[in-house]
Formats: sequence, structure tokens, C-alpha cells
Amino acid sequence: MTQDEPDLQDHETIGPLETLADWFSETVLEPITIGDWIADGVDWIGDNLQGLLDGIEAVIRALVDATEFLLLYPLWLTAFLIAAGVWMRFGVKAGAITTGVLAAAFGLGLFSETVQALLWFPPPWVLAVLIVLGGIWRVGWRFGLFAAIALLLIFSMDLWPETIRTLSLVVASSIAALIIGMPVGIAMARNDTVEMLVRPVLDLMQTMPPFVYLIPAAIFFGLGTVPGAIATLIFAMPPAVRLTNLGIRQVSREHVEAGQAFGCTPRQLLFKVQLPLAMPSIMAGINQTIMLALSMVVIASMIGAGGLGGTVLTGIQRLQVGVGFEGGLAVVFLAILLDRISQSFGQRRREGNAYGNLLRWFFSGRQKAGA
Amino acid sequence: MSDKLVVEDVYKIFGPHPHRALELMKEGLDKDAIFARTGNVVGVREASFSIREGEVFVIMGLSGSGKSTMVRMFNRLFEPTFGHIYVDGEDITRMTDKQLIELRRRDMSMVFQSFALLPHKTVIENASLGLEVSGHGHARQHERAMQALEAVGLGAHANSYPDQLSGGMQQRVGLARALATDPTILLMDEAFSALDPLIRTEMQDELLSLQQEKSRTVVFISHDLDEAMRIGDRIAIMQGGQVVQIGTPQEIVSNPANDYVRSFFYGVDVSQVYSAGDIASRDAVPQLRSGDTDAAGARQQLGTNGCAVLLDESGSFRGLVSARSLSDAADLDAARIADIDTVDASTAMSDILGRAAASDWPLVVVEDGRFVGTLSQRDILHTLDRTHQ
Ligand SMILES: Nc1ncnc2c1ncn2[C@@H]1O[C@H](COP(=O)(O)OP(=O)(O)O)[C@@H](O)[C@H]1O
Ligand SMILES: [Mg+2]
Repeated sequence: MTQDEPDLQDHETIGPLETLADWFSETVLEPITIGDWIADGVDWIGDNLQGLLDGIEAVIRALVDATEFLLLYPLWLTAFLIAAGVWMRFGVKAGAITTGVLAAAFGLGLFSETVQALLWFPPPWVLAVLIVLGGIWRVGWRFGLFAAIALLLIFSMDLWPETIRTLSLVVASSIAALIIGMPVGIAMARNDTVEMLVRPVLDLMQTMPPFVYLIPAAIFFGLGTVPGAIATLIFAMPPAVRLTNLGIRQVSREHVEAGQAFGCTPRQLLFKVQLPLAMPSIMAGINQTIMLALSMVVIASMIGAGGLGGTVLTGIQRLQVGVGFEGGLAVVFLAILLDRISQSFGQRRREGNAYGNLLRWFFSGRQKAGA
Repeated sequence: MSDKLVVEDVYKIFGPHPHRALELMKEGLDKDAIFARTGNVVGVREASFSIREGEVFVIMGLSGSGKSTMVRMFNRLFEPTFGHIYVDGEDITRMTDKQLIELRRRDMSMVFQSFALLPHKTVIENASLGLEVSGHGHARQHERAMQALEAVGLGAHANSYPDQLSGGMQQRVGLARALATDPTILLMDEAFSALDPLIRTEMQDELLSLQQEKSRTVVFISHDLDEAMRIGDRIAIMQGGQVVQIGTPQEIVSNPANDYVRSFFYGVDVSQVYSAGDIASRDAVPQLRSGDTDAAGARQQLGTNGCAVLLDESGSFRGLVSARSLSDAADLDAARIADIDTVDASTAMSDILGRAAASDWPLVVVEDGRFVGTLSQRDILHTLDRTHQ
């Protein structure tokens, strides 16, 4: 069988098929150089859109810094949460007044020396205590106990500053991912064409190996936390988009019809019917975004984002198993804390009507309940 | 009664080529054939009828016959493909989005089969939905929603959440939500179908009593004949997207337009549908007036039942005379059997079956004392038999 086979290397046997193959590779395949195009595109953006890049960098940096500040000075975080809560529940004016009062009180030093000291020179355990309390409130006392032990271990491994850095990057990137992702998800849900266009982009974003995002991020924004946050927010965005879209589309037909039949404008329909009913799904998306952000933040340490990822990286580079494992363990603890606490906001809770109350808090807070 | 809602040559065709579907329809093809040829689903075809102010208009038909599609065109949740719909004389198919929202807020509201309440809002907040979106102040929302809740007997549950209530109570919330905006038209799509039979009857009564207090135009969709008969002033029957018959329950029972309609009424309890007045026959028993004749003359005129009714000049019923009572009487008055039970014309047939069985004489049906007709056991059996033919 092999004996009569023509020798493909023999130039005398070149036939029309080979000519066609040559022609195809010269005229069709060779000009297709995806890598070059991407590189050219990146160069072009670097040359022509510098202003835009600077703007993005400034915004992200402000977000990361603000988050880190709030985590490092947890009483400010508490004040911020109080003001935000009042704003959501009782409207802009009440929120502004609360902010003013709190700022004035802090600024004028109305509080005791101890509070002042906590404000500006908080011992690290203040945030840890807040996290444990949050765990008890949202999940339960057993989880609170776990949180306390986990945080204690992190302290004992001397990884608290790294943990804060990682946490602030996760929180900032997740917030940015949600601010961009949720409106995109809403647009997808309301328009089939948008969905058709965005879906493949999301598929691409989710299947692309995460390391690839580091390259353009580093080219555009250099090394450090900002490119790390940007690579993270891009990587973490798809679930927020997808599950917002899905959640809105899953709202039952009769619920949507009820909204319309009672005279909702499209906007009222979105805020009074679709988003509240999509909340469990959206919350699941937020949870996934946070978890993806955490995994990406570790990878982003390769471009100097620092934090626990940096500890792990050091362990790898110096082949120090102990250091690497400690960093990894802290990441795991952080993951569990973030996962359970963020998940708790999406679940219908058994006792009372916590789920309803949460949604009320978000969507109908501005009118006080009747009676 | 004036027309509240007029449907004029309305079609709803789902799919990409409505005009092609319309042509095929004109050629006489049915829904399935049109779907096979064009991929268009005919939701409603060639509908023209009007709904009167203040009536309960029931649309009935098998599942998929186009009832929901029809009612959703009344508030334009679905756009009619062809045709016009007038509400109070105004063509709603020409309204802009803004006018449409205005119409929905002011004139119409809807009650859904699955209740479609918002789980994150309390009962009273749910009931306020229509008021809230149209921008009423909070105090007014609360006041009117509370009135509506009290009207359906749920005042005490204002601050509960829907998932804390039973199905029947949830649908009362749905009803309160629809009443709170004080609409002139109430659209109810299988509103009671998800409830179990006892609760369903209770809700039907509730609706009827609400209608008594203030009559709105109610378009009620149902696939349940008993329900339709019970609450409907008129019933429209839909088949394959088409309205095949419209009429009062009695009209449809006694004169079904086709086999489909007849099949609906197969096995229906006609004794609930008909009243004594509907089936009483005026001529089966001879009528005599006191001065007309003497006893001997009357004997000659007795009917097959061996009796005759005695009326006065104005047509009021005075009693019966029989062969026996006439035999030794001097005149008609002396022969009169006065202690005859009469039946009011509005009594349901089901309520007189026992009396008809026990009575030796045909039942005498009267309306405000005036003689309407008589009912023999034979008449009743014949009526009962009619729908089983
Ligand atoms: N949005 C839609 N798109 C396509 N076809 C539809 C749509 N809504 C209803 N239909 C079709 O229209 C017909 C009538 O449906 P419907 O009005 O829901 O019937 P009913 O309420 O009497 O059960 C059915 O054949 C159904 O499949
Ligand atoms: Mg239906």
C-alpha cells in the first residue's frame, strides 16, 4: 500500500491542487495576522486615546484609594454606611443632612478622645470586629465564630495589611464591574439585538485565560494597583451582566403585564417590577463577580497589584512553600468570608421576611410603610 | 345601556407575515392550516362585538382559543394586528404611548390568573401599585388602597406580605389592586381559575356583590362554564381565535350556534340556567275567567291535565278548577280550588323539581301575582332532556 504512494516532496508531481493550496496560503492565510492586528490596535489606543486612558486611570485609582481608606479607617466606613443607608431609605435630603452631621461631628472633634483615636489611628482589629459582627448578622453566630478564627489566623500569619490590600482591590473592582455590568445586563434584557451582540463578547471574556488581560492593562496603565483593578474588573464583569439579563428575562410574563396594565412607564416597570423580582438572580451574579474578582486579584499581583497574591508570588519565586501556603490560606479565608456574606443578601431568609425587607430597603424605602 | 367597549373587525396574528395570513384566512383556511403554511399563529380573527356599560361580559373557550389574546388587546398589552377597538367611543388603537399609559391608569385595570403580586411589597403597597405609578401622594394612596382592601375584606392584613396569605386572599389583593384606581373597566383573565372550587364560588359572590354596590364593566375570561353562567350577563364563546356566539346564558343554552358550543353545554346543569319563567308554557292549560262561562261550559274546556286556571279580569291568578271541583259546583267561583301553591317566575328550575314531583297539578308560575304559565312534570323533563340530545 505504501509502495505506490507518490512522493509529496517530488516537485515534478505538483498538480493543480497544490497550486491552489499555495495560492490560498499566500493570499488568504498570510495576511491574517490576528496577533499583529491586536498589537497595532493596542499601539493605536496608546498613541491616540491617552486622555481617555488617563481619565480611566484617575477614576479607578480614586475608587481603589477610597475603598482602601474606608477599610483602613473602619469608623469612616461605618459612617459612610450609615449615610448611604439613610440616603437609600429616606431620600437624598436626609442622606445629605446625615452626611453633614457626621462630617461636622468628626471634624469638630465632638467625640471623645477615644473615638478620635479610633477615627484616625484605628487598631486593625476594628475592621476585623466589624467583619465578625457582619457575619453574625447576615449568616449566624457559628459563621461569626469561624470569621473570628479565620481573621485571628490571618493576624497571626502577619498578613493583615496584604489582606486589606486584596480586599480593597476586590471591593473596588467589583463595584466598578457592577456599575458597568448591570446597565449592560439591563440593556441586554430589554433588547434582543443588544443581547445578540453582547453575548459573544461575554463568552470571549469568560473563556480568555485571565493572564491575557494583564498584558494590555500593563501596557496602558503600567504596573501597580490600577492596572490590576482594571484587569480584575474586566475579568469579573461577565456574571454580573449575564445574571442581571437572565434575572430580568425570567420575571414572569404576568408580573410584567401587571406592571404595564397598571400604567407603568418602561422606567417604572424596570424599577418597580423587573429589578426587584430579578434580585435573587442579580445577587447571585454579584456574588460570582466578587469571587471572580478575588481570584483575579491574586493573578494581578504579577503586574504588581500586591496584596495576598504578592505573598503567593514571592513564595513561588523563592520556592518558599510556607510563605506561599500562608498567602493561599489567607485567600481561602477571604474567599469564604466574601462568599457567605455576599450570598446572604440574595437568599430568602427563613425567619420573618428578611428577603422582602432587603428588597424594600432597596426599592421602596423612600416611602414609609403604611400605617 | 350604552356600549362601553366596541371591538371592530379585530385580528391578532402572531408572526412575521400577517398580511399573508390574512389572505389565507379570507380564503377560508383555519388556524392550523395557516400555521402550517406561513408560521403565523392566529390569536384572534375577525372579532366584532360590543360590551355594554356595567355588564359582566364573559369570554369563554377552550385553552388556546384566543381569550387571553383578546382581553390583552383591550388594554393594548397586545397590539391588534388589524381592526379598531373603541373605549367610550375613543379608538385606542390610535393612541400614543403616553395616552395609552393614561388610559390604563384611569380607565382600566386587570386581575391575573397567577395573581402577579409583588412579593417584596406588603399587601397595601401591592394594592397601591396603580396609584403609586400615576403619582398620587402617599396619603391618598394609602387611603384609597385601604378602602379597596376593606371592600374585599382584607383590611386587617394590610401590612402582611403576599406569601403569608392563602391563594384566595392573594387574589383578593389582586382584586383590591384593580379596584383601588376606581377603573370603569375591569379585565379579569381567568382570575379565579387557580383557586379551589369553594374559594372560587366565594370570589364569584364577592365580585357580584361588588358589582351590586357599583357596577363596572367587567370582562371576565373563563374556561369554566358554571362560572360563566353564574356571573355572566352575556357570554361570548371563542373557538380557534373566532368569536362563534354571543348571548345571554339562556340564549346560548337553548340555541347553540354549532357543535363546539353545544359540546360546552353538554352535561351542563340546565336546571341552574333556567328559571321557572323561562320554561313555563302559557297555553298548555286552558285559562278561564269568572264571567266567561258556567260550570258545564268549563267542563268542556278542560285540558289534557283535567284542569284549567282561573284568572280575574286583570290576568291575576285566582286558582284552578278541575273536573271534580266543577261537577257539583254552581259556577266557576264555587268550583275554584284556591289553595294552590304558586312559583315565582324568577325561581331557578333546580329549586322547583321537588315541588313538581310532589304536585298533582301542573305548577303555576306567576310574576307579581300575574299569571305567567304552567309547568307540568313533562315540561320539566323535556327541558332537562334538551341538552342531552
Ligand atoms: N406572544 C405570543 N406569541 C405567539 N403566539 C401566541 C402568543 N400569545 C398567544 N399565542 C397563541 O395564540 C393563541 C391563543 O392563545 P391565548 O390567547 O393565550 O389562548 P387562551 O387564553 O384562550 O388559552 C394560541 O395558539 C397561542 O399559542
Ligand atoms: Mg389564557
